[in-house]
Amino acid sequence: MKLEQMYQEIILDHYRNPHRHGLREPFDAESFQINPTCGDEVTLRVALDGDRVADVSYEAMGCSISQAATSVLTDLVVGRTVAESTSTMDAFMEMVQSRGQVEPDEDVLQDAVAFAGVARYPARVKCALLGWMAFKDAVGRVEASAEDNGAKRAEAQ
Amino acid sequence: MAELTSGPLTASELEKIRADFPILSRTVREDRPLVYLDSGATSQRPRQVLDAERAFLEQHNAAVHRGAHQLAEEATDAYESARARIAAFVGIQPSEVVFTKNATEGINLVAYALSNSAVAGGAAQRFAVSPGDEIVVTEMEHHANLVPWQELCRRTGATLRWYQVTDGGRLDLDSLELSERTKVVAFTHQSNVMGTAPPVAELVRRARQVGALTVLDACQSVPHSPVDFAALDVDFAVFSGHKMLGPSGVGVLYGRRELLEVLPPFLTGGSMIELVKMEGSTYAPPPQRFEAGVPMTSQAVGLGAAVDYLSAVGMDRIAEHERVLTEQTLAGLSEFSGLRVIGPTDTEQRGGAVSFILDDVHAHDAGQVLDDLGIAVRVGHHCAWPLHRRFGISATVRASFAVYNTPAEVEALLAGVHEVRRFFRVSA
Repeated sequence: MKLEQMYQEIILDHYRNPHRHGLREPFDAESFQINPTCGDEVTLRVALDGDRVADVSYEAMGCSISQAATSVLTDLVVGRTVAESTSTMDAFMEMVQSRGQVEPDEDVLQDAVAFAGVARYPARVKCALLGWMAFKDAVGRVEASAEDNGAKRAEAQ
Repeated sequence: MAELTSGPLTASELEKIRADFPILSRTVREDRPLVYLDSGATSQRPRQVLDAERAFLEQHNAAVHRGAHQLAEEATDAYESARARIAAFVGIQPSEVVFTKNATEGINLVAYALSNSAVAGGAAQRFAVSPGDEIVVTEMEHHANLVPWQELCRRTGATLRWYQVTDGGRLDLDSLELSERTKVVAFTHQSNVMGTAPPVAELVRRARQVGALTVLDACQSVPHSPVDFAALDVDFAVFSGHKMLGPSGVGVLYGRRELLEVLPPFLTGGSMIELVKMEGSTYAPPPQRFEAGVPMTSQAVGLGAAVDYLSAVGMDRIAEHERVLTEQTLAGLSEFSGLRVIGPTDTEQRGGAVSFILDDVHAHDAGQVLDDLGIAVRVGHHCAWPLHRRFGISATVRASFAVYNTPAEVEALLAGVHEVRRFFRVSA
């Protein structure tokens, strides 16, 4: 049954006991994302330590897929470099947008391979990506403000 | 067998009706029979509608209201005949029926025509909306009857105000006083989320007292019960073809004749003109003034066939049939702990949209399990986001009915809700 393939135990576990849940200080950037078709929301903060992801914290209102995907995201990126996180994100996006055609790499995606079943339900792909979109946006904001500050420092010199 | 002329549809009548809808016999998700409980979003179409569209296209297709060849004549006759039957179906004159793309376009047409009034001059001046004027809606509106009014306010400097909704899902008539500045009162005939039917007569009385126009969103009432716009005494009303067994791409705007006579156009171009010169143009009388360009034709013909179909079954009987299904649904859902129906829990002043939330399962997840069982419901905010926000929720599961639904399908839904709770291990 396809349903069990989508709602794997690992997803339901993350949904019931989400990792790194809640909004924490300090953080370098925050992103608010919304899924306009269903009204689900996530507010996600990223704290960087150099080029490493030091913390990801979040508040989310949404279905099990979006909540679990955000929980798994934190496992995959905290402690890793931004570049590593971005390539993991690309692999995750490729998998869930593949309609089941892409065989996921468990070494890269770890628990996130459980979301392979979501790819068979196009209407739920956005749910799985909501937290990732927030992460991408927040990291982009940190980088943009770092560039801004760099430019200001250069001006000041 | 003698035909019954009142009361809910019998099992054999239902069986005959269902046989008219080819899609209802298909299976979904690994051979599950389809249980289609999403007619509030779009309804399915009987063969009679599909055949009428096909016959029109195979035999009579031409651009209407242009050309003098035989096909043009036949196409125009088919189009105007559909208009006349649709008008009769909702108690109005053919000249008061404006074909639009859908109900959303109908509401936009009114909102834009009102803001065009300010510059149209002449008799249209009475419709002009100015800074300080008020447009009134309700908190239970579909986005289609909210966003166009927000935009009208933005264009004109008017203020949007709204009637609130009670905890029980009824309109709170004490939550707002209209004023002499109220120009429009726009409200739904039946909430697409809660099924609530607001008191039209009282809202019309209040609007009339301050000289405001009334705009009725009848998308969720016209397919399910007898509706007579003239008797309701509203100024404008809209409904969509695809929600009433008809094609998509066609909707109706009703406007009281004397209002349409002086209202300026929204879309302009071919068909809607009286006289065109390089320096400027004058416009055709309604309804043509509001139907610019070559209109949707096979769709209008299909909608004509849809009202014939609904009339043949009988709108009183359809209303009673759906009331029985709604009652059965509400009674069944009330047996679940940790389940809350958003909206009235009885069938008084209420139609057949039933939305609910489960304490421990998100609507999307519930909908997914139901879908796996072949049950098509809507999940999300159903284009009524402010209403969901008012109840502090982001999404609900909605079951909605049409003439072809059966008590067995309601049973399937209730069994499905059990399965949702089992699957997500929600304790009883």
